[in-house]
This record gives sequence, C-alpha cells and structure tokens, in this order.
Amino acid sequence: MPQIDHPERELLCGGPESYTGLPTMYCPGCHYGTVARVICEAIDELGIKKQAIGVAGVGCHGFMIGTIATDFVFALHGRGPGVATGIKRSQGGKPIVFTIQGDGDLAAIGMGDIINAIGRGEKLTTIFCNNAGYGTTGGQMAPTTLLEQVTTTTPTGRDPQVAGYPIHVAEMLAMLRGTAYSARGALTSRKNYNQTKKFLNLAFQKQMDGIGYGFVEILSACPSTLHMPPNKALKWVEEYMIAEYPLGEFKNVKEIL
Amino acid sequence: MKRKVDENVKREPFSGRIISSTIKENIDEKVEREIVYSRPECMHDLPTILCPGCQHGLIYRLIGEAIDELKIRGHCIGVGGVGCHAMGMGMLKIDAIMALHGRAPEVATGIKRSLHGKPIVFTVQGDGDLAAIGMGDMINAVNRGEKLTTIFCNNAGYGTTGGQMAPTTLLDQVTTTTPEGRQPQGFGYPIHVAELLATMTGMAFSARCALTSPAQFNQALKTVKTAFQKQIDGVGYSFVEILSACPPTFKKTPLESIKWIMSHMLEEYPLGIFKDVDKIP
Amino acid sequence: MLEKRLINGNEALGYGALYADCRCYFGYPITPQNEVVEFFARELPKVGGVFVQTESEVSSINMLYGAAATGVRAMTSSSSTGFSLMQEGISTLAASELPCVIADVQRGGPGGGNTQTSQMDYMQVTRGGGNGGYHNIVLSPASVQETFELVQLAFCLADKYRHPVIILTDAIIGQMQEGLELHRLDFGPLPDKKSWALTTVGDHDDPGRFIQNAPGILGSYRDYMIRITKKYQEMTEKEVRYQAGHTEDADLIVVSFGSSARSSLWAYHQARKEGLRVGFIRPITLWPFPTQIIRAAAQHTKKFVVVEDNLGQMLRDVQAAVQDKAEVHLVGIAHRHLVTSSGMIFPKTVLQEVKRLI
Repeated sequence: MPQIDHPERELLCGGPESYTGLPTMYCPGCHYGTVARVICEAIDELGIKKQAIGVAGVGCHGFMIGTIATDFVFALHGRGPGVATGIKRSQGGKPIVFTIQGDGDLAAIGMGDIINAIGRGEKLTTIFCNNAGYGTTGGQMAPTTLLEQVTTTTPTGRDPQVAGYPIHVAEMLAMLRGTAYSARGALTSRKNYNQTKKFLNLAFQKQMDGIGYGFVEILSACPSTLHMPPNKALKWVEEYMIAEYPLGEFKNVKEIL
Repeated sequence: MKRKVDENVKREPFSGRIISSTIKENIDEKVEREIVYSRPECMHDLPTILCPGCQHGLIYRLIGEAIDELKIRGHCIGVGGVGCHAMGMGMLKIDAIMALHGRAPEVATGIKRSLHGKPIVFTVQGDGDLAAIGMGDMINAVNRGEKLTTIFCNNAGYGTTGGQMAPTTLLDQVTTTTPEGRQPQGFGYPIHVAELLATMTGMAFSARCALTSPAQFNQALKTVKTAFQKQIDGVGYSFVEILSACPPTFKKTPLESIKWIMSHMLEEYPLGIFKDVDKIP
Repeated sequence: MLEKRLINGNEALGYGALYADCRCYFGYPITPQNEVVEFFARELPKVGGVFVQTESEVSSINMLYGAAATGVRAMTSSSSTGFSLMQEGISTLAASELPCVIADVQRGGPGGGNTQTSQMDYMQVTRGGGNGGYHNIVLSPASVQETFELVQLAFCLADKYRHPVIILTDAIIGQMQEGLELHRLDFGPLPDKKSWALTTVGDHDDPGRFIQNAPGILGSYRDYMIRITKKYQEMTEKEVRYQAGHTEDADLIVVSFGSSARSSLWAYHQARKEGLRVGFIRPITLWPFPTQIIRAAAQHTKKFVVVEDNLGQMLRDVQAAVQDKAEVHLVGIAHRHLVTSSGMIFPKTVLQEVKRLI
C-alpha cells in the first residue's frame, strides 16, 4: 500500500496490507469496495496473503480482483466453486482458496455448483455478496430480490406468484453436511463491519484447519439497482434487507461427523 | 432354464400376451377368471425394460395409481429426465416429454406456464439427474415459486452408466468410481435433498418414502397423492423422494438389495414428511 | 397510418415477437441484450403473456423447450457467452423438431470477452453450435426495422419447418436507435400444431403423446436422419435470402452481413459515385447461405472483399462459393478504428480497402 508521506502527521488509519492501492471502480455508495476491504483485513489478520488464491465470478464483485493483492483468477458465471476446486486439489490442498460471488452468480446460475462443491466435501471459502439485484446488467431481479421490490424485470414489484421468493442461501447451505461454517453479516455500521470480519476470519479458519466449507454472506447496498442515493440505500439495507435476511451464524462446527 | 415355446399359441412380442391360439382354453382363459389385480388404467400394457429387482417400475406403477385415484389423467403432462427412471415415462398413457440431463424442472416450468398453469405437470428424476447436474435447476424452480411436482428416485448410484457414485451414495459404499468405498475426504457426503428443499419458502410439500414393503408402498401412494394434490390446489412445489433398489449398482440380488435399503439407506435417509403446508405465507 | 417509434434494435426484437403473437419469453440478463429481457418483463403481462426471468441461459433454453412442446410461440434471447450455454438445448430442440426463436445479440469474445460489439458467433450459429450436425435457419438483420420484420419471419419459418430459428444481431444493431414502423406481416397459412403438441390427453384423442430428444429410441434412426436431411435440403432450396446490388458488372464485390454491412453499404454507394465498378451482396440468411449468387458472380468478378467484425468466418463460406474462381480478401477485426473493445470497422476503412484492392 503506497502511503503519502506526511512527516508531521501521525498515521492513524491506512489501507490494509493486502490492498493493492488501486481505487475501486464502483458506483458511489456501493458496498463492494468495503467488502474488498473487509476481506483484505481478514486476510491480513490471519496472515494468509502469501498462500491465498482468489476466484472471482461474473458481476461487479469481480472487479475486486484489482483491489486484493493475492493471486486471482476469473471464473465463468457461477462456476467459481468448480474453478476453486481445481486449484485447491491440483495443489494438494495447500493454497487457501476463496471465491467471491454475487447473488446472480451464486444464487441463480451457480446454485448447483456451490451445493455440489459442498456435497463433494471441498475445503474452500466463499464470500457471497448479496445486494438483492443484478447491478452489472442494470438492475434486474435476482433470486435474493425482496418481495415487492421494484427492478427492471419486476416493474410492478416482485410478486411471489410469478417470480417466487427471496432465497436464504446461508441458512440453506448450513443444512449441508459438508458445510463447516455458514454466517451472514452486513456492513451498515461499525459494529456490523467488525462482526462480518469475525465471520470471515472464522470461515477462512475452517479451511485452514481442513474442517470443511466456509461460507459468509454479506449484505451490500447497490444504489444503482435500488435507484436511491447512497445514504438511503444503506438505510434500506438496514430496514428491509436485514428484516428478510437475519444476521448471525447458522453453522459453526469443529468437526464434521 | 429354457422357456418352452408352444407352437399352437401365437404371442405378442415383449408382453407375451396371447394373440391367437389353436387351443381353445387359452383364448377363453380371461373369460373364466376374475381379475383381482391388474395394471393401473393409465398404464400401457407393456413390460418394463428395467433390470430384475429394480424398483423404478414400481415407482411408475405408484404414479399410475395416484393419477388414476385422483382422476387427473386428462390433465397430466410428465417430464422425464436422463437415466433409467426415464424409461418408465413411456409406460404411462399421458402426454410426456424427455428433458436434458437435470433440466426437467425448467421444461416443466415452460409447459406449465405456457399453458397458463392449467395442466398438472410432474417430473421424474434420478439422483444423478436431480442431485448432481440438476441441483441448481431444482432449487431455482422451487425458488421461482413454480407449482410443480417432482418424484425423485434415489437409488444411491448411477444405474444407467454402470454403477458409479452419485451425490446420494452412502459413505463407505463401493461403486465403480469409489472402489475403496466413498470417503468424505475427496468424495464428500450423501446429500439429503428432501430435507434441503424443505427449508425453502416456495416448497409446499416435501417427503421421503421407500418401497421395501406393501405397507410402505401404500404409504408412498398416499404421499404421492398428497404431492399431486398440492399442485392441484396451487399451493406450491411438491417433492417426493423415493428410495429405490438398484441391484446392479449395489451388486446384490434383488432380495438382498431390498434388505440393504432397509439396513443401510433408511438409516442415512429417514422416511417421513419434512414439510407440509396448505398455504405459503 | 402505421404506428411509428424511435427505439433500439433490442426492443424491436421484442415488438417483432409481439406482432408475431409470441406470448412466452424466458430470459436471463446479459449485456448487451438486457433491453430484450426488460421489454418482455414490461410488455408481456399487459397482453396476458408469460415472462420468466430464469436463473441461467441453460434454464432459458430448457423452458423454451417445454413451452415449444405445448405448441405455443415462444422465444428466448442472449448474448454470445450465454448463447454458448444454450447449445445443448438448441441441439435438443432441433432433434425434437420443435419450433421456436432464439436471438443472439453478439458481443466480443472469446470467453467472457467484453460487452461491446462483434460478429464472432457466425461459425457457431451457422454450423449448428451443439452436437449432432443439425442446422438452424439464421437470420441476420442490419437495421432496427429489419430486426422487427425478421423476427416475424423467424416465427413463420420455425412453424413451417418445425425447427429452431436463430436471429443473429449484435451490440450495434441491438443498442442503436432508429425509426420503426410497426406493422404485422402476413406469411399465409402454416402447418397446424394441434397434431403433435402436448396439451394433455384431456385435450386430444391420442393415448398419450411422447416428445423425445433422442431420435431413434422409438422407430428407425435412419429414417429419421433421411427425413431431417430432406428438411435441410428444402430449407437450402427455398429459404435463401439476400440483398444484392450491381453484381452483374462488378470488378469487385463486397460481401458483408449485419452491422458491418452498414459500413460496407456506404462504401459501395460511395465507390459507385466515384465511378468504380463495385458490387454488393448482403446475406440475410446466413444459413442457408446464398452460395448460388456468389458463385454466379464469381464467373465474371475476380475479386471479393468480405467485411465482417471477426477474424474471418463468413470468409470461408465465400471462399467455398467462389470455388477458386476469384480472390477473396478480408476486412476484419484488425481493421477496427480503436484498439479497445469498443472499436468498429468504419465505412471509410472499407472504402479505402476497396480502392486498394480494385
């Protein structure tokens, strides 16, 4: 991280060590830059920068590739867990492999891929960025879109009779035997941020200890999809998203029986 | 044992039904006897082409009986996946279509929605079809709020391709791709689809049955009927997992296969109803 | 008085489908065809139609398979990478002989590529794309109005031959705004679908219809293949469409399709104004390919320039058509005006190349 030299000033806060120093290319108010930061901090705290390999999916979250200073590979839409499996297994399980996936990437096109990765007993970590919509393509409905939420493909709000229900991925994956850790965090306050970082640390730790799959869902704001200014988008996440998607740990086991 | 061919009797190929005979008693045999047990009305008079001891034929009989009892033959469209289970779809006297491997829920969605929800559409899928390649398709269909019925034939292996491991294969079970038995380090864990789907909001009914005894068959029939009823009532997705014997995959005789289901599969996959709601809030 | 709109090519796709009485659409967001998905999300409920946002292109194509089996007019659309995901399903639709329309709004490739324009899917669409050696009729519009009209034609051809029909546009045609006159095209009577569609046994007298994607499971595989071959022959004989100008006296003929045909068309007109004997051929059906007109022209024209925004794909078809009777040159992706993915082949570049080669 390049630091600007101000000899007369004391440095109180800087970027994390595993941050490349590049500015994020996200829209104003988007949480994905913060997601990248919290991942960097978790990687720093665990000291795994040199062993980690990231796999990014297709969507805005993929741009985190430029901000996290680990090795990275782009996967096809939804296929992150498959690519991560190839990396992890071909290297005899040595690297710490994590995937960053969005809600379209993981919950729609890649739902089968993640469930089967866990079913195969992989030891990976997945960071799931849930922003209740497709940001990259211009704000369409995602499987995680809330009921009555207006998107460009649900112009009158999401109606369960036509477009189904919001999907609770963290809870569902917690059901699977191969999951060692599953949790959901948010970034709407300092408290939530710290909690999310704790979740991430644990999810990586499960992989490092060779226990099983670690999964963290992070609720994020997408002002563009929501058609809201940044502060309102953040309030919306607090008010509506957390009501539908409760925060917390859904599974945390020391050993898979 | 060589089968004796009676040259006086002409039989239909495959089914062996007598077409004509020079012996009078043969022709009259139906007239003189009372029928106490026969195929369901909505099944073709064809033999199954499944292996001896395979329970997929029984699953189709079950579906046939359920359709007859609910009197919905005129409204049903079936979607078959890829695998031995698909071979039964031609047995039913209903409109049917074959889907690509794992894609039956989408094909069913296309049919149900394009006909504006009128027909009763069900899919029959195996464990490779549904739990491996089609896992995402299934979950997303439930999540889209589709009103469909899926019959999931779980025989803990890939029968059609010669007995490889499926996601539902038990731990330590020997298959051609797990010659040392399925070990969780490297091959993962058996997947519990009925329980997994029961956690989803779009699910109206999820249950698991087996066919190892007449009592269980009757229970399964009741369960399949309930599942169809959920779709008829427009509540939501209904799902029935049926544990099924595959003697070639198990490398056991038909009888031993049934016993193995009772001793091993039932332990891993408990029977029961995991979700049953009349209305999705 | 016809209704007029100023809209982009993607929405014209939607209007074309609505005017062809298509009431079922299944789609997944992907740039640059998002406007198609959003159009149907907005418009289909108004006319009692069915719109489903799917979870992947694999789902889209399989839902299309289900809907087409019930005999309704249905379509899906995607862009290059998503279209690749659909190939297994398109092969299935061809095998099951089900009528439907699929639009591919091309973007740059290979792999994830980019979200800007290209014409890189030519080989994939014209050669089938999936397994089993089937052929789809491929229609390639060069304007918003033509997109609207070719979608209507696509539904007609799909029903006529019981086969999937592909509309191949690209990011330029899809995103470009042009005037559109809305009007319904009449193609005359078409075969009745009631004899084969799955509508439940309560609705027809058969003991149970069976649509299967593995030809030859029931009945003769060889007979099926012979029948399919005849169908492809009939398409090749009857369905070739193209636009041509001055092919009789040309020293050089420009062959181009889709958005790059617009650059080529300007270059051709300009060259003619300047007194150069240049001809122009624009295949509208990319399969069946207008081989005959090119072969006939090659009897007296000794130079052909193929203009296409890729590494040279239609080039092969033109080479096959001229049978070594003429030189075939390429103005391809290397002639774009920018090094970034937003580059395109400018009209003046085509004119320059024409002047250099003639």
